[in-house]
Amino acid sequence: MTLKPILTADEASANMADIQLPMRQMEARVEANRCLYCFDAPCIHACPTGIDVPAFIRKIASGNEIGAAKTILEANILGASCARICPTKVLCEGACVLHDRDEKPIEIGRLQRHATDFINDRGIHVLKPPAKTNGKKVAVVGSGPAGLGCAAELAQLGYAVTIFEKSKLPGGLNTYGIAFYKLKPQLSLDEAELVKDLGVEIRCGVEIGRDITGAELQRDFQAVFLGLGLGNGNQLGLPGENLPEVLDALDFIEQIHTDPLHEIHVGHHVVVIGGGNTAVDAATQSVRLGAKRVTMVYRRGESQMSAYEFEYEKAKHDSVHFQFDSMPIGVVDVQGHVAGIRLARTRMTADGKLEMIPGSEFTQECDMILKAVGQEKRIEMVRKIFPDLAVADNGVVARDPLTGATNIAHIFVGGDCANGGREVVNAVGEGKKAAHGIHTFLAGEYATLPTQPSRVGVDGGATGCGLHNPIRAHELEEQWRANRATKNGGTSRG
Amino acid sequence: MADLSVNFAGIRSPNPFWVASGPPSNTAYQTHRAFEAGWGGLVWKTIGTPIVNVSSRYSALDIGGQRMVGFNNIELISDRSPEVNFREIAEVKKRWPHHAVIASLMCESREQWHDFVRRSMDAGADGIELNYGCPHGMCERGMGSAVGQQPLVAERITSWVMEVAKIPVIVKLTPNITDITAAARAAKRAGANAISLINTINSITNVNLDTFTSEPAVRGMSSHGGYCGPAVKPIALNMVQSCAADPDVRMPISGIGGISNWRDAAEFMAFGAGTVQVCTAIMHHGFRIVDDMIEGLNAYLDEKKMRRIDDLCGRAVANVTTWENLDLNFRQVARINHDTCIGCNLCYIACEDGAHQCIDLLHPDSLGLDLGPGRVAHKHVPKVREDDCVGCNLCTLVCPVDQCIKMVEVPTGKPPMTWSDYQAKVASGEMKPIPPHH
Repeated sequence: MTLKPILTADEASANMADIQLPMRQMEARVEANRCLYCFDAPCIHACPTGIDVPAFIRKIASGNEIGAAKTILEANILGASCARICPTKVLCEGACVLHDRDEKPIEIGRLQRHATDFINDRGIHVLKPPAKTNGKKVAVVGSGPAGLGCAAELAQLGYAVTIFEKSKLPGGLNTYGIAFYKLKPQLSLDEAELVKDLGVEIRCGVEIGRDITGAELQRDFQAVFLGLGLGNGNQLGLPGENLPEVLDALDFIEQIHTDPLHEIHVGHHVVVIGGGNTAVDAATQSVRLGAKRVTMVYRRGESQMSAYEFEYEKAKHDSVHFQFDSMPIGVVDVQGHVAGIRLARTRMTADGKLEMIPGSEFTQECDMILKAVGQEKRIEMVRKIFPDLAVADNGVVARDPLTGATNIAHIFVGGDCANGGREVVNAVGEGKKAAHGIHTFLAGEYATLPTQPSRVGVDGGATGCGLHNPIRAHELEEQWRANRATKNGGTSRG
Repeated sequence: MADLSVNFAGIRSPNPFWVASGPPSNTAYQTHRAFEAGWGGLVWKTIGTPIVNVSSRYSALDIGGQRMVGFNNIELISDRSPEVNFREIAEVKKRWPHHAVIASLMCESREQWHDFVRRSMDAGADGIELNYGCPHGMCERGMGSAVGQQPLVAERITSWVMEVAKIPVIVKLTPNITDITAAARAAKRAGANAISLINTINSITNVNLDTFTSEPAVRGMSSHGGYCGPAVKPIALNMVQSCAADPDVRMPISGIGGISNWRDAAEFMAFGAGTVQVCTAIMHHGFRIVDDMIEGLNAYLDEKKMRRIDDLCGRAVANVTTWENLDLNFRQVARINHDTCIGCNLCYIACEDGAHQCIDLLHPDSLGLDLGPGRVAHKHVPKVREDDCVGCNLCTLVCPVDQCIKMVEVPTGKPPMTWSDYQAKVASGEMKPIPPHH
């Protein structure tokens, strides 16, 4: 059966409203006043862009929202979208010291949204292009979070930056690929405007390797940053995969961002293949577009899902069903349309491999299948544009993680095409680090990071910053618990 | 269960918690509500020649999202006629014969004082409080703090009152004076039966940065007001203790100033207050707060095996002395408990920038701490350099975790030596001067 939109425009837009509520003024003041204003705070260590969190929160507490927004955007040009989409529970908020006082951590994400909304709602510009430019030209390939992060930082250091973007609109994943109820595409486009305001040129609809060659790029610019992201979704390699109702989850999400919500075709019973965060996004948005029953099929168990705990909870809250330890083996094709999916149960062999349990095959009825089993690396594209660029074994561009430097002196890289696929905030941070790498390369000097008011005064400098080596609160937690358990003979600290 | 009833300079009340003279004690209606809620006594809003108030009257200091940490007012004494006030006092006394009702008075002449003292007695008031304290409005007319700031004037007026008073007289003192004990001694000399303190402190709460007016604003203008509320408690305690410790004062004290709960009340009592008076906390939360005050004080007295308020009264007075009597050979240092430390480093930056630079941020490995406190593995942790620590307490004050940083006494092995001892020893050549801190 051919798919159709299910909900009216009003219903769909109500379902897709922001799930993160903005803070009222008083709420923000009260929350900001809860912040202890730690010195050399753990939340800074946990932020991959190294935002001086206590500094901006203190500014909110004093009613200086404009200053707060400036502190945020100087460190992270995508501060407004990161406020909405960062997995704060495992980053800044996960690192908050209030956990150890058995209290709720500070709502850093929502406070960040409060400050950035404040200036966006009022059209206030807090960043300015530098008074002096240095005449050096840098090309940035890709206008996703990594590219924008790199371009914004370079522009502020005085470089003439041109971004090349093959899509019609800038922003990359932030414009096309984030769950609609977390981030609206307009905000991403506004952030691209912010980067343009710094003097950066963004040329959309220009594809490197098609419209401009890699050689031309290297001829016209003194350095090149590659923020290519990842490629198409991986294929399942199943019979029936080419039926019209079998979609890549990212393509489905992109449609939600480009077409009116009430024109999105969605199934009544959707099966999502995969156990990651993209799979959750696809499942929850299917529900919100009117699907009656959505099932996530994952070949391993609940505890092995790569989706964050809180994303899994969100899916459960949206009544998504889960079919664990099951893998797809075929699509049921009825007159050229999806009528179900053939699944088989899986188990772990003694040597840790996943195998299909013979005879366990079964059919799950459905009229739409969304695939969220990872994305292809950009090896083909990289080889085509820059044949000499070294690629690591796992298919990402090989680079120095602190500077984004590759084996070619004037080419730098960052974001998903270098890290294999992480958070938006990681991409911004890597773009920013690469900008510093480029500055070191072209100007022969180190970029000094903006002084962080909440950390000034540490003997020999602050002990760390998430920009250089972001910590992950949930990983820390496990490590910490394990160590405590060993140390205290199994008792945890009260 | 301790006995909370008090006999304060001859005024009996079922408990030591009195509603202070102010907006909550304006009418019989409020007094009924106060006594129903459990207050033991009430000082009527000051009665005098009726005044006219302005419309905008109160303003407050909020800190860190906390409302009314300090409170300011430019409201004057009662704007109701003396007839109504005295009639209502009589009504209240009829209904609440065992509760204390004190008439607060502010008059302009000896004749008026005599008249109002007599009318207070006729109404059945248990005592009289003389308002020599209001720092706004009335003082411009030669009353309130204009009296309280001049001990001789206060003494003379009090003596007028004593000429006719047959019920206990309490003199309410203004804190807007260099030496509070001078005012207390004047009350004593005039024969007053008790003192109450403190009245409000001269204040301006803020400046509105858009209009450049202060608050409360009356058509764009403000005026100097009277400050009270939790923020004034330390100032009040200082003055109450000073009066309690003065051998020339030695009279019952009714403590006032920032009292919001039983703990505050107990502290005033430990400094010699026989009763306490509350206003701002009632203006913030209503008369119902007395429930916890009674219950909490009772539980505290029971826990300390004290049976009456008198057992607590004045217990802490002698533990405050002049600086020169403190022991120069006592030494304490700060010690941080890394098991409860949450890694905020506030102690570090406070000591580094605000005190004596005695806390280091060290790698947890160097302290044998494994991962160290806080939620970032191997992040540097604060450690006190005890040899350099001067024992100032700042780190314990900024630490957001109870009992995480403790001040620990370090025995010096030396006998106690006060500043006076030290001066004498240096003068006699018994010891060399202690070298200045480097």
